[in-house]
Amino acid sequence: MNLFVVICLCIGFLFLLGGTVGIIRMPDFYTRLHPAGKLDTLGLFAMVSGLAVYNLHHFSFGALLLSVKMMLIVFFVFHSIPTATHAIVDAGMRAGLSPLTRKKPSQLQGTGEK
Amino acid sequence: MNTFFLCISLGLCFLMFVSFYRCLMGPTILDRLIGVNAIGTKTVVLLLLIGFLYERVDMFVDIALAYGFLNFVAVIAASRYFHKRKGLYEGSFKETKEIS
Repeated sequence: MNLFVVICLCIGFLFLLGGTVGIIRMPDFYTRLHPAGKLDTLGLFAMVSGLAVYNLHHFSFGALLLSVKMMLIVFFVFHSIPTATHAIVDAGMRAGLSPLTRKKPSQLQGTGEK
Repeated sequence: MNTFFLCISLGLCFLMFVSFYRCLMGPTILDRLIGVNAIGTKTVVLLLLIGFLYERVDMFVDIALAYGFLNFVAVIAASRYFHKRKGLYEGSFKETKEIS
């Protein structure tokens, strides 16, 4: 049982790590939103479900309610992060931020097109 | 098991500092918003882990839930505020036209 919790937490941590690296490395505002929105949600789901299972260690009705509440947190986060990301993108589009369509300047010299 | 939770929490704190870097350096206001959103989701998990470390899980579950709500409302309010104020970010937007 403990092994499952440890594996879940490590997987969740890996996803969060990927999300953070994605936020830092991505070149453009819109591309940065992809890892932020998706990976954080999945990382949070893996970690919280691991903790919910750990909470059921010494089984009691209260612990079961607590784990259900944790899964409710996950359920709410699954709804809230995509909506928040959509609001940010909406703000970006309204503000006139142009998505990175051309290649990076460093690659431009090779092709010569603007 | 407790030390494992502690290590994961410290790792999460490190990840939050890295996301905070995006908040500091982000060229546009909305990049900073991404950083705030990322930190918010990590805080929810961190609160749950602290709840397990202190053995008072039922209290910290409520705190984490409340924090999730606040984070969501804050990001929605901030993004609604910024898309009307066109002049808040520096030159990178100059050449783009308003997308009505």
